[in-house]
Amino acid sequence: MCGIVGLFLKDKSMEAQLGAMLTDMLITMTDRGPDSAGIAIYSQDTVNIGKMTVQSDTPDVDFDKLTDDLKKRIKGDVDIRVQSTHAVLELRADQVVVAREALKEIRPNIRIMSTGDSLEIYKEVGLPKDVASRFDIAKMSGSHGIGHTRMATESAVTTMGAHPFNTGSDQCLVHNGSLSNHNSLRRKLRRDGVHIETENDTEVGAAYLTWKMQNGSTLGEALESSLEDLDGFFTFVVGTKDGFGVVRDPIACKPAVMAETDQYVAFGSEYRALVNLPGIQNARVWEPEPATVYFWKH
Amino acid sequence: MQTYDLSTGSLRELNATLHAQNETTNQTAWEIMNPRGAHAIACGLDSPIEVTVRGSTGYYSAGMNQQATVNIKGSAGPGVAENMMSGKVVIDGDASQYAGATGHGGLLVIKGNASSRCGISMKGINIVVHGSIGHMSAFMAQSGNLVVCGDAGEALGDSCYEARLFVRGTVKSLGADCEEKEMRPEHLEILRTLLAEGECNARPEEFKRYGSARTLYNFNIDNAY
Repeated sequence: MCGIVGLFLKDKSMEAQLGAMLTDMLITMTDRGPDSAGIAIYSQDTVNIGKMTVQSDTPDVDFDKLTDDLKKRIKGDVDIRVQSTHAVLELRADQVVVAREALKEIRPNIRIMSTGDSLEIYKEVGLPKDVASRFDIAKMSGSHGIGHTRMATESAVTTMGAHPFNTGSDQCLVHNGSLSNHNSLRRKLRRDGVHIETENDTEVGAAYLTWKMQNGSTLGEALESSLEDLDGFFTFVVGTKDGFGVVRDPIACKPAVMAETDQYVAFGSEYRALVNLPGIQNARVWEPEPATVYFWKH
Repeated sequence: MQTYDLSTGSLRELNATLHAQNETTNQTAWEIMNPRGAHAIACGLDSPIEVTVRGSTGYYSAGMNQQATVNIKGSAGPGVAENMMSGKVVIDGDASQYAGATGHGGLLVIKGNASSRCGISMKGINIVVHGSIGHMSAFMAQSGNLVVCGDAGEALGDSCYEARLFVRGTVKSLGADCEEKEMRPEHLEILRTLLAEGECNARPEEFKRYGSARTLYNFNIDNAY
């Protein structure tokens, strides 16, 4: 079992409350996934600035003088915003790739949570309420976001096993379910040079989508083909820079409820997660169809 | 009318209070406010009371019901009226997956749509759906009647036994060993009664009947892999 929440705002005046609304939804889903929690938030797009969200188990050591060390290596400006075990590095968009390589050498214990122009991913082991307060997610603003509460079945309870997974620049994935062909698919993807870090099934799903898109598929096409190539149970919610999508496997035993009003589109593993949203009483509420790709874009 | 507000009281206390009602209770009408998608609301009732839930419910509402009437004035989450023995459950909105699963008796009315696996392994319950139902509905259905005024999804009635399946609209596909059957006068009579009880205006003559082709009843080596 796991819990998924998602919120895509159509009404710009609600953007300041995005973090608060998502936090409330996430905490409601605690009993579906008390092991770990995470959130992907898409905030104001910055022109030519790339963002890397990084994590360290020893932030005092790893984040100390990090900007100075990184500036020297990439010969460009770096800003840092530290949030508990995570830090958001802002640098020139065309230097993100170089910075990723440099970090491996200068801070080998740092893990990359996400890269992109507007995406930030925060995830840790612990109760959703503790994870949300550690990163002060309730104060974050943005245009859309996705959250996940994890009850692990396929692999260890670790930061890297928590969701969301970054599937490519500004793209992320969360999953409720379990993939049964992840071992064979991981071997296939690794043979094709795709980097997969853990033994986690969802990471394989995320890597699969990334690999499809690197080979020319759109996100929609990659999701369509996942219905063919992934075996197992899944409700996926994906985020992109300007949109979010939902797909469920053909058996669709993992729950999903959606709600739409003039102000937002919301996703919850259960209706409970949506009850505090404004205007929910008059929202169109429905269950997404199996084997059907849904997508909303700004 | 007794009113219970779930925004101030606990779910456990609510269900314990409802369970404490017996056949001679004079508190026969209950109203539940602010369900907010909570699980197991009005589950395991066993007395002739009428419970009205003002809003949408989560997993397993009105499960294992006996004798009671439960009205849900919203939509219901997965497993509503699961294993109902008797009584009546009426949902004004939609029902999520496996509504009425394994039910032995009573009547389940869904005024909106039901999603996948509606009436899975039903064992005598009657289910009337005003809208459409999802895939794998009435899988291994053993007895009882499933009435669908809209359409049915893929694999209707897969491996079913003697349940009667009535569908007014289209059936996306029939499951293994499920076939269309002749609609005889006694079936029209059953339908007329169920449609009236389910507060549905559809005419019995508009429906088709489906049921078991009975080819899976005996072991057949050609079916083995």
